[in-house]
Amino acid sequence: MKRILTIFLFLLTLPVFSQGKTPVETQTEMADLLRSNGKIYVVVGTVLIVLIGLLIYLISIDRKINKLESEVKNK
Amino acid sequence: MNIELKKKSVLNWWKILAILLLFYTVIGGLLMEVPRRDILNESIRNLYFHVPMWFGMIIMLTISAVASIGYLSNSKSRFDIIASEMVNMGAIFGILGLITGMLWAEYTWGKFWSGDPKQKASVAGLLIYFGYMVLRASFSDDQLRARVSAVFSILAYPTFIVLIFVLPRLVDSLHPGNGGNPGFNAYDLDARMRMVFYPAVIAFSLLGVWIATLRIRIRTIDNLVIDKNYEKENSVILDHKVK
Repeated sequence: MKRILTIFLFLLTLPVFSQGKTPVETQTEMADLLRSNGKIYVVVGTVLIVLIGLLIYLISIDRKINKLESEVKNK
Repeated sequence: MNIELKKKSVLNWWKILAILLLFYTVIGGLLMEVPRRDILNESIRNLYFHVPMWFGMIIMLTISAVASIGYLSNSKSRFDIIASEMVNMGAIFGILGLITGMLWAEYTWGKFWSGDPKQKASVAGLLIYFGYMVLRASFSDDQLRARVSAVFSILAYPTFIVLIFVLPRLVDSLHPGNGGNPGFNAYDLDARMRMVFYPAVIAFSLLGVWIATLRIRIRTIDNLVIDKNYEKENSVILDHKVK
């Protein structure tokens, strides 16, 4: 339990190591607010849903062509 | 026969790879850390989605050129189908690359179209391949169409490569990494971006090849059916004559 706690506390400090930003980098405006609110994940989710939908459609077309190919070859 | 069918109904390894890499591209491309640059801001992520379109196009057109050489050397209609379908897919990638680039340009260069050498050259390259499509549509004889368009494709390919790779490098371009753009140069070398960029290129290229192979297979089936119908009609005529 203690070890787990230590690891957990260590993990909490991890972001500190990645703070080595140059002054220019911290000044530059980025979508930090959106990400801190967690809303960028909404966009990622949306894009993923679209992608999954399109891929499922693509796979179903692929299957259909497979079927047609075997039908044509058997005749 | 049954074994073959079972084997075919499972997705090929490269299709699965394409799906996995696409997911990685979307998630990593939107969420992973990117360098912070003025003017570019988050639009730097366009590298993951816009540039793979051009890489994909070049890969499709390369396959097409190789297939055209293949057609001229042994006149198999399969090569002609591959060559034309790869050009179709490449053109789609090219159009998407152009549109995504213009959208990005509006917010970083200030204009949708600023006559950048790369913009002009890529449009010229696309026009060459539109010419290829028009040329194909203008023949009614299959073999003549295949032969002439194969020759056109082999000539078009080096021209396209010069337009895309050589000419824009001879003059200053607004494009990141070209000419006098010190602010943009750094991200070309950024290791964080390469980790998503290269998989993205592979993902979109594989997706393009996948879609193109579907069309190739449809046309192959189409040809087979036409051939079989032709045989059937002829055999019917022969039967009538015998009777």
